[in-house]
Amino acid sequence: MRERIDCDVAIVGGGIVGGSAALFLRQAGLSVTLLERDWCGAKASGVNFGGVRRQGRPLEQLALSQRAHAIWGRLPELIGTDAEYVRSGHLKLARSEADLASLVAYRERSRGFGLDLEIIEGEAFRRRWPALGERAVGGSLCPEDGHANPRLVSPAFARAAAALGAVVREQTAIERVEKDGGRFVLLAKRELAAGELEVRARVLLNTAGAWSRRVADAFGEAVPLESLHPNMAVTEPLPRFLDVNIGVEGGGVYGRQVLRGNMVVGGGRGFALDPDRARPQRDAVLTLMRDAAELFPQLRHAHVIRCWTGVEGYTPDRNPVIGPSRTTPGLYHAFGFSGAGFQIGPAVGQTLAELVTAGETAMPLEAFRIDRFPPAPPDNP
Amino acid sequence: MGRRIERGGVVVTAELPTAKLPTAELPPVIVGAGPAGIRAAERLVAAGLRPVVVDEAARWGGQIYRQPPEAGGPGGGFTRPKSALYGFEAGKADAVHRAMAAIRDRVDYRPRTLAWNCEAGALDLLCDGESLVQPFSRLILATGATDRVLPFPGWTLPGVFTLGGSQVALKFQGCAVGRRVAFLGTGPLLYLVAYQYLKAGVEVAGVFDTTPFAVQARAMAGMLRDPSTLAKGLLFVGWLRAHGVPVHNGVRPLRAEGTERVEALAWRYADGREHRVSCDAVAFGLGLRSETQLADLAGCRFRFDAADRAWLPERDGAGRSSVAGVYLAGDGGGIAGADAAELAGERAAFALLEDLGRPVDAARVRELDRRLGGIATFRRSLNAAFPFPADWAATVADDTMICRCEGVTAGALRGVARSGQAREINRAKALTRTGMGRCQGRMCGATAAELLAQALGTGPDGVGRLRAQPPIKPLPVAATPSPLAGARSGREVA
Amino acid sequence: MALLQRVAEQGRRVVHFTLDGRPAEALEGDTVLTAMLTNGERLRRSEFAGSPRAGFCLMGACQDCWVRTEEGERLRACGSFIADGMRLLSEGEWGGGLSGEGSS
Repeated sequence: MRERIDCDVAIVGGGIVGGSAALFLRQAGLSVTLLERDWCGAKASGVNFGGVRRQGRPLEQLALSQRAHAIWGRLPELIGTDAEYVRSGHLKLARSEADLASLVAYRERSRGFGLDLEIIEGEAFRRRWPALGERAVGGSLCPEDGHANPRLVSPAFARAAAALGAVVREQTAIERVEKDGGRFVLLAKRELAAGELEVRARVLLNTAGAWSRRVADAFGEAVPLESLHPNMAVTEPLPRFLDVNIGVEGGGVYGRQVLRGNMVVGGGRGFALDPDRARPQRDAVLTLMRDAAELFPQLRHAHVIRCWTGVEGYTPDRNPVIGPSRTTPGLYHAFGFSGAGFQIGPAVGQTLAELVTAGETAMPLEAFRIDRFPPAPPDNP
Repeated sequence: MGRRIERGGVVVTAELPTAKLPTAELPPVIVGAGPAGIRAAERLVAAGLRPVVVDEAARWGGQIYRQPPEAGGPGGGFTRPKSALYGFEAGKADAVHRAMAAIRDRVDYRPRTLAWNCEAGALDLLCDGESLVQPFSRLILATGATDRVLPFPGWTLPGVFTLGGSQVALKFQGCAVGRRVAFLGTGPLLYLVAYQYLKAGVEVAGVFDTTPFAVQARAMAGMLRDPSTLAKGLLFVGWLRAHGVPVHNGVRPLRAEGTERVEALAWRYADGREHRVSCDAVAFGLGLRSETQLADLAGCRFRFDAADRAWLPERDGAGRSSVAGVYLAGDGGGIAGADAAELAGERAAFALLEDLGRPVDAARVRELDRRLGGIATFRRSLNAAFPFPADWAATVADDTMICRCEGVTAGALRGVARSGQAREINRAKALTRTGMGRCQGRMCGATAAELLAQALGTGPDGVGRLRAQPPIKPLPVAATPSPLAGARSGREVA
Repeated sequence: MALLQRVAEQGRRVVHFTLDGRPAEALEGDTVLTAMLTNGERLRRSEFAGSPRAGFCLMGACQDCWVRTEEGERLRACGSFIADGMRLLSEGEWGGGLSGEGSS
């Protein structure tokens, strides 16, 4: 049996971008069908580190990031939960004078975006974060950045959209997508019910994360998207010693302590079992534990109780693809966040909703055009 | 090391660690030195191989034949003979212990070693704070089982222990878990441990069996196939009754009472009559559950087993899993008890040898297959005599804690099911933290599946399987990679 | 009052340790769990509710018996042996608990 749904907008991918787009489109009164192959928010949106961070992003992302910051500030009203979101501050550590200089330079470059970055060094730094001891010469604090529980946030956007009337279909994999005259036609296989689902829509949003290339390819827009797998670990609950979300200039380990006391740390990469699944990698896990213990001596006697990773889509320039298709009117893409989509995700959803409803947005998207890459070779499975 | 894979329109960068030696030269690895692991090792040694035997305990024997701390070693001075420790099973325990002692010089034995991960043809081992990569050519998982439990109010109070744990206290430490102990649940261990406690001079407040007497009596008929086991079971019950121990059938616990420790057990009969018995400990269990995490990480395919009411790694009659070169033996692949574990361990070793193209003793293999078949029939009778209380989940109050590690209540889990947020157990875990803590769902997994199934109006087979994640047990942040990793296994090649 | 009761194997050498700063005795070959629970009635307090815990499975599966030493080390009590001079703690380090038992 084939079920048919006709709607204004079909969205492929129920992560934080697709879920928030569905929510904002429903708020604007459009009919929306959100299709998710797994469960909404179960992939990268739901298993990432949980940093809600503007600091350190390339300048071209900061307008969107500021917009997202406002959305994060009203989570309970939007999605019915605070999802353990706290504006703890994000502290980027400088472990050398050169790194501190580059943090200072970033503060100068990003002035005008409203991050309110504060450089703290020397004695003042040690007084303020005695827990970090001598491990950094200083750092850059973004006081209103923070962290949240991605497992709770990301599904909540799709749930909120559904509560406003969006049709949300999970365990529903797209088998074919094409444009038939003025309308997109999506054929999907439903895992939870027998038969197929056919969705017809005026507009199509491609928010399928690491799997977005399948949709882009179908419309002749081959994008060089690569899947990578951030390696993360969490310890048993520990007495609170850290109140800020920590990153390190130049990369390496990152960490945050949740209210329940668990320390979440990340660094290194996992490996793919297949295109859909990934695992933490043993050497990366051991390296991460060593680096984390070196940075946070409070972890010296702690135990890691769980490691995980996810599947994230990376572009060559580490900026996402956001905006209209260059081949197909009515198709919009938003993917390739290159490991940094969680914080700006809701603003991307809102911006997609604007593009659909108004045909334009005040957000600068030029850097995220899909045709900025040299043509990628067509996929040869 | 890295290679790029393109599949289904997705580019994947795979970091596939490559083994340091050609697979053919790597030793077979056995995880677990209980009856299954030891019999598997014995058979491989007989064929001229030198297996690596990894075991978390300091001494071999597994849980069922666990040995007391070594005399003169860290312990010293444990004097009870095997007849006192293992009772009717002393002969079997001794035979298994001797089997391992006899091959000790011909296996690479790694006691006090946790296998915390399995990835790409190698295990990650943790021993004395060092993490060591142990590549394998073939892997026999003999990981055993622990008590299966469901929650009731007060089950986290000091003084509530599993039946297996209560037995360990007595066997391994010469201690009782209390002065006056109530035995609650179902399964052969219920009567056995109560009997052992009574013989050790501990007051038994009562045996509280969740199975109605009529059901048990009917099932006993099936056990006539193995009169020795039946005789033992009857002896335990008879002994307990003769010593004035009340035995109650068809019981459901209401709560363990107390604030800092157990003071009483409140319970009811199926007809609702409520009772209370004072005690300072409760030994509790509802049969056993398999330790399957390594099989999961090794990539084995699972199927729902209706008899065990659990997802188990698929295995053929010889113990082959769905992954070439990975074998399952003993309770870790499905609950069948210690006798079956010995047979299954040896049978899995034969399968491994067959797959290596080595000659095997065909008559012995046929004998093993015949006896394993007989045990399967007997286990069905035993399951009928000690059925899982399938109605229990429905009676768990919303404010009862179901996940000891994370402090999650039944109500929180039901909430995400009833609101449609979780139709599957890994989603429920992500949303509620059930199974996310230190024990990785070992203690709450059965409960979560039952509660979810009940809330969703399906069976426990309809809510999916809790996926294992490394490390399968807590891993010290200070663990250091061992420099010996590849070299050590290289030297050990026979 | 002690939770565990010795019923056999009492002829072993005495081991001296401290429990929450007070001198205590165990026997050689005791696990940390046995040593603590023959001298007291809990191993630790839950991080979240502060409720007492004394282990559960005694075979390394339930992870309920992690205890602390005064040096800050963490031991799984059922699988570690007591040794002379150990300084073990059964009091919570959480001072009334972290947020969130029962919450998600």
